[in-house]
Amino acid sequence: MTTTDPAPSGAASSVTTATGPAEPRLQADFDATIARDQRIEPRDWMPDGYRKTLIRQIAQHAHSEIIGMQPEGEWITRAPSLRRKAILFAKVQDEAGHGLYLYSAAETLGADRADLTERLIEGRQKYSSIFNYPTPGFADVGVIGWFVDGAAICNQVPLCRSSYGPYARAMVRICKEESFHQRQGYELLMTMMRGTDAQRAMVQDAVDRWWWPSLMMFGPPDGDSPNSAASMAWKIKRHSNDELRQRFVDMTVPQAEKLGVTLPDPELRWNEERGRHDFGTPDWAELQRVIRGDGPCNSERVARRRTAHEDGAWVRAAATAHAARRAARTVGTEEGTAA
Amino acid sequence: MSDDHVYLSLAEGHDDGDARWAFGTGFEDPLHGVDTTVPDGVDVGELTGRCLALADDALVGAQRLAQWCTRAPELEEEVALANIGLDLLGQARLLYARVGQADGTGRGEDAYAYFRDPGDFRNVRLAELPNGDFAFSTVRLLVLSCWRLAVFGRLATAAEDPVLAAVAAKGVNELAYHRQFAADWTLRLGDGTEESHRRMVAALREVAPYLGELLGAEPGFGIDAESVRDEVTEVLGQVLDAAGLTLPDSGTLAGSGRDGDHTVHLAPLLAELQSVARAHPEATW
Repeated sequence: MTTTDPAPSGAASSVTTATGPAEPRLQADFDATIARDQRIEPRDWMPDGYRKTLIRQIAQHAHSEIIGMQPEGEWITRAPSLRRKAILFAKVQDEAGHGLYLYSAAETLGADRADLTERLIEGRQKYSSIFNYPTPGFADVGVIGWFVDGAAICNQVPLCRSSYGPYARAMVRICKEESFHQRQGYELLMTMMRGTDAQRAMVQDAVDRWWWPSLMMFGPPDGDSPNSAASMAWKIKRHSNDELRQRFVDMTVPQAEKLGVTLPDPELRWNEERGRHDFGTPDWAELQRVIRGDGPCNSERVARRRTAHEDGAWVRAAATAHAARRAARTVGTEEGTAA
Repeated sequence: MSDDHVYLSLAEGHDDGDARWAFGTGFEDPLHGVDTTVPDGVDVGELTGRCLALADDALVGAQRLAQWCTRAPELEEEVALANIGLDLLGQARLLYARVGQADGTGRGEDAYAYFRDPGDFRNVRLAELPNGDFAFSTVRLLVLSCWRLAVFGRLATAAEDPVLAAVAAKGVNELAYHRQFAADWTLRLGDGTEESHRRMVAALREVAPYLGELLGAEPGFGIDAESVRDEVTEVLGQVLDAAGLTLPDSGTLAGSGRDGDHTVHLAPLLAELQSVARAHPEATW
């Protein structure tokens, strides 16, 4: 998931002031690389603001993948067929894998996974607010795939062309997997819509609950998105929040018709003149509340992650101790051989 | 990759009910080219009984591994435990499908997983015990994967049923990884910190009484139970020895999950697993 929504705090410094005066030539090279649409790689010089913005964005993205395992992961043990169980288990496993690639990409910028995890569980770094909503029914699994992974694809496919090489390459693989997740979600919903009345009602109920939070995934409106300008100039980000949100709506409406569900927005209609859909305004106050930590599941999501991390501390300590002892033994053996 | 291509194709042309469009290409049927008629001379009762027991071990094991999801000590383990769970789930599905073919009812995999009661399950009790800490889950996985690999390795050549043999052959590589994963962690935890060693000793004490149930029963199909026992004992001995651990002497618990005798932990595990399917018996998923 892309985490454009938690905008406030720690905003990047602006492009013009991001670098020290002592490095005009490096800055000029960097600017030229960006202007040529070429990639910045880990060993290249980059302005501090660019590095910080990327670490923040990639870390939030990684955290979102890891926290995002929880709402759907709840249903692996209860999936109503073995086939769905396998699909869901594999999907949630993919999210763990995405988290791993992304933490690795952040590490190429000098961040440390353990430190980023601490920031997450201490609430100092955010993750996508969408994962603070509950998943009361199995249809939620399908709707998350359709909407949330769909919105993630809208956000992330442009990131495959992000100016930072490791992030862009990680996104290529992640997007391929996300597109399977989205199809699998939609396929589940199609199957449920062909099923019983109760199943159709479950799907509509889940659509009603997830539609608005999904629109909020693209972040606050452009006029209210403090980090966007620098990120666009640096080509970390390629499209504005509002543009991506519009694309998502335009793509989703025909899919909803095909599925036979109603999107819960009375203002949603085709605008012939614009050639796009008009739609209502999400409750931005709600988004701010959820980002602030007052969403329905914020505390339980972070608590679960914290518990897993703390419960696993002795395991990680044991692995470290064993590795150190083994390394010492290997050195000892080599010295013995040399002597 | 074009920005919108994948997303736009979502609602196009899937009216034929073929769900595979959502899952990529290159599907490999593990039973490709295998004749699924039960050969003459195979005892159907024995075949279905054995398949059901192996399937139940795998399903219950996968369910416990699914409970680790989002709770693993590190992301690499999160991915690995899910891999193992998915392998076992895959084995269970093939084995249940075989039972449905062989017993003449034509029932599908879900009928066995979702619509049998705890007393009908034939898994060993070790598989159904709660996850405990990572040490307990590691020791349990080590024991179960050692035994299952020993049995599958033999079934791949000895099973008179070609389907069971093919399922076992496919499972051998998977189980070799499961055993390796568990052995690696046994080593790290046994030879890690004082705390991890202490936890492993406690886990072995908890697991030991359940070994008899696993090793005592005849694997069937003419497989020599003693050779399975010897292999499991030898591998366990090697791994534990390298980890500075020993298997404690313990008595064997009475009864067996293979006969439908279970601990109090199986019923709630199945209630959770079966809850949605049973709430919507008419539904298709």
